[in-house]
Amino acid sequence: MKSAVIVFPGSNCDRDAKVAIEKITGGDVVMQWHGDAEMPDVDFIIVPGGFSYGDYLRCGAIASNSPVMQEVKKRADGGVPVIGICNGFQVLTEVGLLPGILMRNANLKYICRDIFMSVETTNSAFTRHYEQGQTIRIPIAHHDGNYFTDDDTLKALQDQDRIAFRYVTEDGARNAGGNPNGSIDDIAGILNEKRNVLGMMPHPERLAEGPLGGLDGRALFEGVLAAA
Amino acid sequence: MKAKVHVTLKNGVLDPQGKAVQTALGGLGFGGVDDVRQGKFIELELATTDRAAAEAQVDAMCKKLLANTVIENYTIDIVEG
Repeated sequence: MKSAVIVFPGSNCDRDAKVAIEKITGGDVVMQWHGDAEMPDVDFIIVPGGFSYGDYLRCGAIASNSPVMQEVKKRADGGVPVIGICNGFQVLTEVGLLPGILMRNANLKYICRDIFMSVETTNSAFTRHYEQGQTIRIPIAHHDGNYFTDDDTLKALQDQDRIAFRYVTEDGARNAGGNPNGSIDDIAGILNEKRNVLGMMPHPERLAEGPLGGLDGRALFEGVLAAA
Repeated sequence: MKAKVHVTLKNGVLDPQGKAVQTALGGLGFGGVDDVRQGKFIELELATTDRAAAEAQVDAMCKKLLANTVIENYTIDIVEG
C-alpha cells in the first residue's frame, strides 16, 4: 500500500503521520508538497495536523486553495480514502470535502491532552477494525476544534450514520465533562457521504505504537490497510 | 480604488471570543453591554477604477477565500482613492 502525506508550510504532524503509517502498513509514504499538483498514484492520502499558513485568515482556509488540494478532491471523488487530522480536518471542511467548520474552542484555550471518544460507526475503512461503541483514548492538541454546522447538515450526518467519533468521558458517558471543546453533538470526527473521507480533531497517529503510550490509534490505519 | 470588507459571524453562531470580550468589559466596569460580536476588517487596494467590476471581484474573493459562508456574513464597501 502506498500513501501520501500532504505537506503545507506550517504542517507539523506530517513526519509523525509518515512514521506511523510506514510502520503499520509497511508501504511507501510519499511526502507531497502542497504546491505540486502532480501526485503519484496512491491508495491513501493523509492531510496532517499543524498550522498551515500560520492559521492566517481562518484555520485551513489558505491551504484549501493550494494546487494539491484540487488533486486531493479529485482522488477523493474517485474513491481514494482521505483522512484529515486536526488542521487537516479544518482543511477538508474549507475545501468542501466535509461539511461544517471548526471554530475556536468554547473555553478559548489551546487544549493539549488525551481525550476519550466513542466509535460511533464501524461502517468505514477507517473504523471497521474498532467495535461499535468502543471507547478509545486519543490525544488532542488544538485551539480550533469546536465543530459547528447548521441543523439540517447535523441531521443529515446523524441520519446517514456519518458521525465517526464522539467525545465521551473515560467510562464512555456523553456529557459536558467528556466534550473538551464545545463541539456540537459532541462530534470528534465525521465522514463524507461516500464514507471514504474522514475528518477528525484527535490524533490517531500519535497513539499507534506502544512506546508512545498507547495503541488506540493503530486500528484506524489497519482498517485502511485491510481495505486497500 | 479601495475595498473595505467586514466579515462577521452569522446570527445564531456562538461567538466565544465576543463573549469573552463582553465579560472582560463587565469586569472593567463598563456596564450595559448586552452583546459583543467579534469579526474581521479587511482592506484591499484594487487596480481597477470601475466600481461595478471592483464589487464583483471582491464579492468573488469573499466567497472563495475571505469569508466562510457556513458561519460568516460579509459586507463590501468600495471607496474611491
